[in-house]
Amino acid sequence: MTTRLLGIAAFLVAVFVLVPWGIAVSGRTDFYYTLTSVALLSIASAGVWLTFYIGRINIGQGAYCLVGGYVSAILVTKAGLPFWWTLVLAGLFCAGLSVLIGLPILRLRGVYFAMVTLVLTEVARLTALALPVTNGASGITSIPLPGGISIFGITLIPDFATHANPKLSFYFAAVTLMILAYAALWRLVNSRIGHLCRSLQQNEELASSIGVNVTSLRLIAYSISSFLGGIAGAMFVAISQSVYPSTFTVTDSVNFMLNCFLGGLGYVFGPMLGTLVLYFGWDLLFQTGRFQLLIYSSALILLMLVLPNGILSLGRRQGAAR
Amino acid sequence: MTALLEVRNVTKRYGGLTANNNISFSVAEREILSVIGPNGAGKSTLFKMIASFVPTTSGEVLFRGERISNLAPHTVARKGVVRTFQETTIFRTMTVRDNVIIAHHLRSRASLAGYFLGTKAARDDEAAFSASADEIIHFLGLDPVKGELASSLPQGHLRALGMAIGLATDPKVLLLDEPFAGMNHDETMRMVDLVRGVRDRGVTVLLVEHDMPAVMKISDRIVVLNFGQKIAEGTPAQIQQDPKVIEAYLGSEDVAIGL
Repeated sequence: MTTRLLGIAAFLVAVFVLVPWGIAVSGRTDFYYTLTSVALLSIASAGVWLTFYIGRINIGQGAYCLVGGYVSAILVTKAGLPFWWTLVLAGLFCAGLSVLIGLPILRLRGVYFAMVTLVLTEVARLTALALPVTNGASGITSIPLPGGISIFGITLIPDFATHANPKLSFYFAAVTLMILAYAALWRLVNSRIGHLCRSLQQNEELASSIGVNVTSLRLIAYSISSFLGGIAGAMFVAISQSVYPSTFTVTDSVNFMLNCFLGGLGYVFGPMLGTLVLYFGWDLLFQTGRFQLLIYSSALILLMLVLPNGILSLGRRQGAAR
Repeated sequence: MTALLEVRNVTKRYGGLTANNNISFSVAEREILSVIGPNGAGKSTLFKMIASFVPTTSGEVLFRGERISNLAPHTVARKGVVRTFQETTIFRTMTVRDNVIIAHHLRSRASLAGYFLGTKAARDDEAAFSASADEIIHFLGLDPVKGELASSLPQGHLRALGMAIGLATDPKVLLLDEPFAGMNHDETMRMVDLVRGVRDRGVTVLLVEHDMPAVMKISDRIVVLNFGQKIAEGTPAQIQQDPKVIEAYLGSEDVAIGL
């Protein structure tokens, strides 16, 4: 228990103090953008991880990121809603949408479910191209920066447009969101709900024979997953202040899944580590020029062969979720 | 004798094949009733229909006068009719104790949100489930292996675990699918005692089985199927002397009916 508290404290100090300090000293402010992206992508990956946890391979998270991004962008630009409202609404919209989509497709198992979800991202992209409200290929641009939040006159988050260093603010916002998402996921997985999800992963027939409503539990897990995709997408769009049909593509969906594999499917914090390693790994290999993709994919294949349970399985007991 | 469970004119067809044809019988409260028959007689299909894992083609299954056939399996489990599985179906990568704890799902009082937030109802549930799981584990003699991963258990323990999972749901009727299959004499006798113990806890037991000596020893009544038809029903003594049953079994390799 104390080791866990120390670990949490060390992590918080690292992301809120050490990283900003290191960046200030080194002057590498471009790292803010990189780390903000990692934080947001790891939220989307957390959602994919949860669908793995009920025994479904989800290669469609990019679709929900895109939908979330558009919902937020449209609500901010067309309806004039404050960004923070649209963040929640984007998540809820994706959750609702995923119930409609999940109802038929969650009956599928294994590779069949994976194939259908793979198509979802492409469907989302084509829909964004076709609909009038999403403005086709030119997308939605010049989205205003998020405003502030105050409760009873106390400012919780100041207006982003007034910030001296918006990059730092976005970093803090993204990391906070990530920590909240992972804290919730950790709690979920270690509660009875998580055990029920594992029962689905292992044997759906037996789960239904002990009275688990398999259909509804699958939908709940999938909608939480899509909620996370939606808020990650919305936040991402707010930072880049623009959204296009190609903002999230099939490649992103595949990466979200790889993040989970790489970090470890048995560990709640696996997708977070996986996202960090994969994102930086790709960037580091940039110097190898045209060999970048070759080295990257070979390294991934090798990692999956050597560490089938993910990076986190190196230091920990296998089997149980942590 | 009032019927707790009633199978009424149940028929199942798969395409042109009739797995069960117009089967009717009833089970009284706290009875042990066995369904026997040669391979391919339609026992397993009948079982799946009672637990609503497959729909009936026609006819219905009633529990306390209420139709339970053609519903979702979890709904039927909620009403108190719970099946175990022929294969050693368990949650493989959980410990024995976790298997039994998770199977208490139907006794949950707290909502899913309550479990997420860790409300008092949720914590009370967890405490109650742990205590009850330990009691069931002890009752079925699984104490020495309760911390083991379920996938590492030997077969006898796996069967007991399957039954523990069934018991954890607090069933009124427990359907046991071939509880003695692949067991030697000693193991079978131990299992017979366990099944009787389960009945003595107030659970009505319906079982499908090949092992004739065990069936004759354990059953209050027996229903015999052959080629999807019910050919006999009665006490073990009546069944042993029934000419139709003897004929059905002499036609197969399974001639151990005389015991």
